[in-house]
Amino acid sequence: MIRFLLWLLGGTLLGGIVHLVTVLELPSLATHDAYSRLAPITPVNAVVPVPPPTPDKATMPFMDPAFAMAVCRYDLTNAPLKFSVPISQSYTSVSFYTRADVPYYAINDRAAGRRVIELDLMTADQHNDLPDNEEITAADRLIVESPTNTGLIVIKALAAEPGLIASAQETLTAAKCQPMPQ
Amino acid sequence: MRLLLGLLFCFAAAALIGLGTTWLALKDGVAYGGIAVGAWTAWPKNGTPGIDPYARAMVARSGELPIGSGDGIMFYARTDDAERPLDGRCDVVLAGTTPQARFWTLTLYDPEGKLVANSVQRNGFTSQEIIRNADGTFSITIGPRARPGNWLPTGGIERYVLVLRLYDTPVGLATRSGPDTPMPTISQKACP
Repeated sequence: MIRFLLWLLGGTLLGGIVHLVTVLELPSLATHDAYSRLAPITPVNAVVPVPPPTPDKATMPFMDPAFAMAVCRYDLTNAPLKFSVPISQSYTSVSFYTRADVPYYAINDRAAGRRVIELDLMTADQHNDLPDNEEITAADRLIVESPTNTGLIVIKALAAEPGLIASAQETLTAAKCQPMPQ
Repeated sequence: MRLLLGLLFCFAAAALIGLGTTWLALKDGVAYGGIAVGAWTAWPKNGTPGIDPYARAMVARSGELPIGSGDGIMFYARTDDAERPLDGRCDVVLAGTTPQARFWTLTLYDPEGKLVANSVQRNGFTSQEIIRNADGTFSITIGPRARPGNWLPTGGIERYVLVLRLYDTPVGLATRSGPDTPMPTISQKACP
């Protein structure tokens, strides 16, 4: 009996480890996470519109139907990225996600304070490699550091009324994400 | 022989306990650091790199993109203020005001996060299109049949989820439930 209880105790302890490992490893094994859902419809380092959600079909669950959305699936392995989007009539935001769908930075039109949201996206290493004299002119350059080489830039423009969705989508077609020339 | 049987039993128990608890935790949505105001709950940490491992696993499993904290915050309601599950066959009234934000949107989803088909193709409201009372408050009737004023159709589905998103808002990590976060009340009226 005692032997049985000892085996059960061992099993419970091992079960706790299994639980922790599965919870921690699940994000890297997931095949239906947002990044994997977007990958087939988004070429690398280009802005593509994401179709608005409908009751029959949505790229991701819990998408806000009041927003036009576009995505740039980036890869910084070769070069940093230049990103820009003109702001729309009501509300525009740009959110940055790691490969594991963790949001690490977001900016909206008011915080940008201009008619265009413009920034450079790079890894920490690429940021460190920037020549010193460029840092002087960097005063009006917004630099965002990506914790991972790949990830998502999600651009959203609000259509305050259903009739405005077309004009919100139109704004997003002017968004650009391009690798910097080396 | 006894050792082998014991080991087998031990591994079986480990797999059962480990995978079972993981499945349960992700199915019922165990996440830490939520702020609850009335029937509404938000997880502001999910919009930051400080997102906890359980929420990360849930996000990976469901496939949604959490809203970034510099963008806004998302409140979910699965029940009314009396903790009755939201039933699409009943009339539910959402009334009051929202916390300070530049824009907000209210959207109705099925429990899996899909929009619900209905005859008027309305899935929610934005702060710009809502009809308000003279004092700035508003009320929305959520139900299967058309109602005057702000009507949000449910399509008659059994269970649904309401999501209130606040954009460009001071509500976030430092927010406590209280007078600073006046969330709308949710009350069930007629139920057939």
